[in-house]
Amino acid sequence: MNPNGNAHVEFEGVNKSYDGQTDVVRNLNLRVQKGEFLTLLGPSGSGKTTCLMMLAGFEMPTTGTIRIDGRSVHNLPPHKRGMGMVFQNYALFPHMSVGGNLSFPLEVRGLNPEQRRERIRKALEMVRLDGLQERRPAELSGGQQQRVAIARALVFEPSLVLMDEPLGALDRRLREELQYEIRRIQRSLKVTIVYVTHDQQEAMVMSDRVAVFQQGRIEQVASPEAIYEEPERRFVARFIGENNLLPGKVTAVEGDLCQVEIEGAIVKAFRVAPCRPGDMVTLAIRPERVCVAPDPQVYSNELEAKIEDLVFLGDHLRLRMNVHGRSDFIVKIPNIVGHGAVLEGDRVRIGWTPTDCRALEPIGEMGVTL
Amino acid sequence: MDGTLKTVRLRAAVPVLPLVAFILVTFIAPLATMLVRSVYDPLVAGAMPETLFLLSEWDGKSIPREAVFEAAVRELLGARQARNLGRVVTRINRVQPGMRSVIMKSVRKLRRISGSDSWRDTLIDMDPAWGKAQTWQAIRRTGERFTMRHYLHALDLDRGPGGGIVRQKPERRIYMPLLGRTLAVSLSITALCLLLGYPVAYLIAHAPHRWTNLLLLLVLVPFWTSLLVRTTSWIVLLQTRGVINDALVALGLIAEENRIAMIYNMTGTVVAMTHVLLPFMVLPLYSVMRTIPPLYMNAAATLGASFPRAFWRVYWPQTQPGVFAGSLLVFILAIGYYITPELVGGRSGQLISNMIAYHMQQSLNWGLAAALSGILLLCVFVIYLIYDRVVGIERMKLG
Ligand SMILES: Nc1ncnc2c1ncn2[C@@H]1O[C@H](COP(=O)(O)OP(=O)(O)OP(=O)(O)O)[C@@H](O)[C@H]1O
Ligand SMILES: [Mg+2]
Repeated sequence: MNPNGNAHVEFEGVNKSYDGQTDVVRNLNLRVQKGEFLTLLGPSGSGKTTCLMMLAGFEMPTTGTIRIDGRSVHNLPPHKRGMGMVFQNYALFPHMSVGGNLSFPLEVRGLNPEQRRERIRKALEMVRLDGLQERRPAELSGGQQQRVAIARALVFEPSLVLMDEPLGALDRRLREELQYEIRRIQRSLKVTIVYVTHDQQEAMVMSDRVAVFQQGRIEQVASPEAIYEEPERRFVARFIGENNLLPGKVTAVEGDLCQVEIEGAIVKAFRVAPCRPGDMVTLAIRPERVCVAPDPQVYSNELEAKIEDLVFLGDHLRLRMNVHGRSDFIVKIPNIVGHGAVLEGDRVRIGWTPTDCRALEPIGEMGVTL
Repeated sequence: MDGTLKTVRLRAAVPVLPLVAFILVTFIAPLATMLVRSVYDPLVAGAMPETLFLLSEWDGKSIPREAVFEAAVRELLGARQARNLGRVVTRINRVQPGMRSVIMKSVRKLRRISGSDSWRDTLIDMDPAWGKAQTWQAIRRTGERFTMRHYLHALDLDRGPGGGIVRQKPERRIYMPLLGRTLAVSLSITALCLLLGYPVAYLIAHAPHRWTNLLLLLVLVPFWTSLLVRTTSWIVLLQTRGVINDALVALGLIAEENRIAMIYNMTGTVVAMTHVLLPFMVLPLYSVMRTIPPLYMNAAATLGASFPRAFWRVYWPQTQPGVFAGSLLVFILAIGYYITPELVGGRSGQLISNMIAYHMQQSLNWGLAAALSGILLLCVFVIYLIYDRVVGIERMKLG
């Protein structure tokens, strides 16, 4: 029945359209393992919330199947799906105290007062809010409200919890604090969490794996490290962190590497998408992987560049360079002894290793990657 | 500095002065006049000052002395001359039924007599009622300028023979049962409006946006239709030979001779008033429901609650400000409603306001009408206070 015994949640060929014309989710295939923290990351309007709503049962897939524990949930109404959910605006019931809010799912499940009290106590302890049971949500700070919302989604011990930008309304410091908190709780309870955010740092901090969304499609699913280090799509390379993206033309292919001509220079790059000589590609090079005045043995790619702009940013220097007529090439060099050697207007040589330069599909191509 | 500030404030108040004047003239003044009229009636005191002065020394049991009779004859004839007699007599008659004919008959005879040695004997001769202490007590009481008798009357109370307050004889107690009925009917109408209005408001608040205006329009259309037209439509629908009865007979659900009386009775009043007052329930409910995000119901569902449960525990409590506001509005409007029961209430469907109107227009007992209105006003006030205690007025939301 279920080919993969460990898959907790499974999207299979899911499409969703609200108006019958445009698909806001297209051919979604995704597996979430038991106990995994999976984040759906993507720009606004890319369909993340829609995915979560389909999983929670508030929206129906237009086509395709969603399975939980191997069983299709197509005909299961939301209240029978047994998953916890944390909303961006907390959605705490304003007419109930904190204790009442937490008690609600337990009453629904018919727990006796004794059990309820114990569970509520534990849940509040977990989010470090002991002693606030009698307060109304309106009497709590935003951060406290969100902690209560998290406690409420966990108090009935669901094995799957959905969170839709739960920290979106909080200020940065609080957000960071809660990111670590959520991760700690998730690790200790071993629950599966499907988390939606458009904040990549948040995704990096918490996730086991990140699914990058764009226009209703998953561009790449991988661990945070892999998403950053080994983007497989141009969109991912551009969306996650900072990248120099240079259009180029393949001149030769040799194993994992290929030779690409950019603006009159030839560089070696790591071949991600299958390509043949003559194909157009996009090269992605992280600014911090570029070396100024490189050692020719290590950095086989070398180009001439002129420093047009130099900004001191504390832990690093940010240089904007003109490389073969393009003046948007960014280089970051760490603030270590000797950085003072470069000045605005200097002509320098820059270089990078072929493996730090990924040849991705060119602009405008809308291929399907899995 | 202080002076200029004051001028600025005063100037800011100028635009509302017309409104203040309007309210004073059309609302506060009539209300005050009415309340005064319910306890103050100088007519008889003005018409028979000497008689009343002499009666004040009377012991209240024996037949008064000659001087009283002499003054009464003179002042009654004087009142007739001033075309005041009818009104004086009406008032005395209200306190002591039967006095109208006694006085009118006597006055008619007195006109033909030029003089008498003993007005006492003459009057008692004309009608033995003049020899009874009751008669003179009635005149004395009618002569009080400030009187509680209208309120006593309105509360179905009376002065006993000893002057103490007693309840009216059971068959003469009409106002309190009527007030009780008015309260009960208003309560049923409020409950009906809530029952009918809540789902309507829910539907409007949760319908797709493009439908909202249309649905609200449907609720508001009755507001733009003349009350008479609406009430007449109810007559067309509900009367014995009306649409509903015809349909029931045609369907064979009731026999031709068993047509149901649905109008010109309490049913008619309740049905028509519920219809008229429904928007006052729907609108506050709608305005509260509109502000409740669907998020809460979704949250309740993810916590495992089925729709009925989520509705009862999460939605309903949040609509309470609207429920309270709508109920209070409908109840208070119903309690003083006049036109609809007048048109479709028949005899059994009359409410306290119809009684007030009757005393204003037919029996011309304005004092009693004023007292009944005063009691009604007090009822509304008490209800408001109870409501504030139980619910808290600040928890209401009217719009
Ligand atoms: N109820 C709806 N009816 C019609 N279209 C909708 C509805 N909800 C979302 N959409 C559309 O579907 C697309 C995806 O929306 P969705 O809310 O899933 O995006 P998202 O990734 O969650 O964005 P955000 O980061 O801004 O929350 C958007 O173009 C949106 O306009
Ligand atoms: Mg969203």
